[in-house]
Amino acid sequence: MALALSTEKLTKTYSNQLKALTGINLKVEKGDFFALLGSNGAGKTTAIGIICGLLKSTAGSVEINGHDQKTHVNKIKRIIGLMPQEFNFNPHEPNIEILINQAGYFGIPRTEAKIQAEKLLKIMELWDRRFDIAQSLSGGMKRRLMLARALMHKPEILILDEPTAGVDVEIRQSMWAYLKQLNKEGVTIILTTHYLEEAESLCRNIAILDKGELVEQSNMKKLLLKAKHQVLIIESIDKLPENIAVENCDCEILDDHTLQVFQGESTSISDVVIALSAQNINVSHLRSAQNRLEALFLSLTN
Amino acid sequence: MWIAYKTIVFKEVRRFARIWIQTIIPPVITTSLYLLIFGGLMGSRIGQMQGVDYLHFIVPGIILMTVIMQSYANTVSSFFMAKYNNSFEELLVSPTPNWIILMGYISGGVSRGFCVGLAVTFTISFFVEIRPYSFSILIATFFLTSIMFSLAGFINAIFARTFDDVSIIPNFVLLPLTYLGGMFYSIDILPSFWRGLSSFNPIFYMMDSFRLGFLGIGSVELWKAFIVPLVMILLLALIANYFLNRGVSIKTE
Repeated sequence: MALALSTEKLTKTYSNQLKALTGINLKVEKGDFFALLGSNGAGKTTAIGIICGLLKSTAGSVEINGHDQKTHVNKIKRIIGLMPQEFNFNPHEPNIEILINQAGYFGIPRTEAKIQAEKLLKIMELWDRRFDIAQSLSGGMKRRLMLARALMHKPEILILDEPTAGVDVEIRQSMWAYLKQLNKEGVTIILTTHYLEEAESLCRNIAILDKGELVEQSNMKKLLLKAKHQVLIIESIDKLPENIAVENCDCEILDDHTLQVFQGESTSISDVVIALSAQNINVSHLRSAQNRLEALFLSLTN
Repeated sequence: MWIAYKTIVFKEVRRFARIWIQTIIPPVITTSLYLLIFGGLMGSRIGQMQGVDYLHFIVPGIILMTVIMQSYANTVSSFFMAKYNNSFEELLVSPTPNWIILMGYISGGVSRGFCVGLAVTFTISFFVEIRPYSFSILIATFFLTSIMFSLAGFINAIFARTFDDVSIIPNFVLLPLTYLGGMFYSIDILPSFWRGLSSFNPIFYMMDSFRLGFLGIGSVELWKAFIVPLVMILLLALIANYFLNRGVSIKTE
């Protein structure tokens, strides 16, 4: 499979001697929906900044669609669309002008840019606010405006740095659906997020950064298989008995109707439910105490 | 590439047109006050300067001072704000070459210098009859002056870290140099030491050629008055482009 992004020993040390990246080798396939995770200060935004040409690397190389970033910088910039973490538009400019200007910087004529801006503003449900200044938008609307701006030049690779931070559930779901559709159409998407369930539900491959180091790079499904130990919260219809035993699992009664089960390595969820039924415990509700990816993430970054 | 250039210029023009109360009205009011106080009230007591009425004598200086201040103010404020609110990243992630970015901002500064200069000239026409001596000298001097100070404003913005840094140069360097560049007087009336010192002030040459274009009177040869801003433009453009290419204060080191 051809690579959309490849970094070799990418290193960044800031002028204050802070080592943000310590030689990471990142590979993203074309057409992938890729999650780049890491806690605050892990180096995600630095990596994105270097990939997009906003920051200079200290050492190492970046290749986009096989083009070396140092020698084909303008070609690469046409391929990438960036939605940054921080709001970075002129807050006093009308929303539609922000989009049309961005297209202009990419050499797209104004008439063509107007059509694309209208399409994207309608998708992002911002068409009614097109003549308002960006400052007047809510946080979630500003995020959608930035996503629309990143898409104005129809990029092959879309880099999203925490795209749904501060976005309400309804809009987040519609953004997810739109991103999935874009990915189906062939756009490679690289996503950083603190919402791990977002990464889990959207992305096929994943990399985890910790203190500037790449601690994991894998297929999402394979990675989740590693998360064998799960903590289940089980609610029972009837009052729970005093002694409950499930083979290979530790059980703890939280209250009269709630049980916490530390799932053993060789025990499946159905094993747990069957074992409880055998003890006349009727399970009314079952959920994971912690997102599987979250548990893995914490174990890898600790 | 030229679409990107046009986009930056239109954005700049729309920006200063949108805030016309801040950009166009104050220079018009200041000009009216200059003409009332220096021309109307004091001018009659001063009499003539280089053979023309004092009121007529100060008109080119007032217009050129407006062009200088407005061209400088446009690039310094616009580029600094783009850095401040990070909207400059819109350009950094695009394939727009740095020299096009520079040309776009400079053209924005020249556009504001032209629009406000025109508004001020229109205001002046209510006080004195305007009959230029040479349009070509006027236009050439306008462009040289406006480009030079737009570039200077751009370099100021590259290094500015706070709002104070944006206003220090115009208030403490530009305005005194403009006043000492022969705006209100002819350097012929100065003692030889001060006259010699004035020859190091680039604004003096622009003021002189602008006055020549307006009234037909000048103190230095025209080629000298043009070569000084031309050299300055070349120098400032190289400096600005160098800093942009290095990413000074726009890319984190």
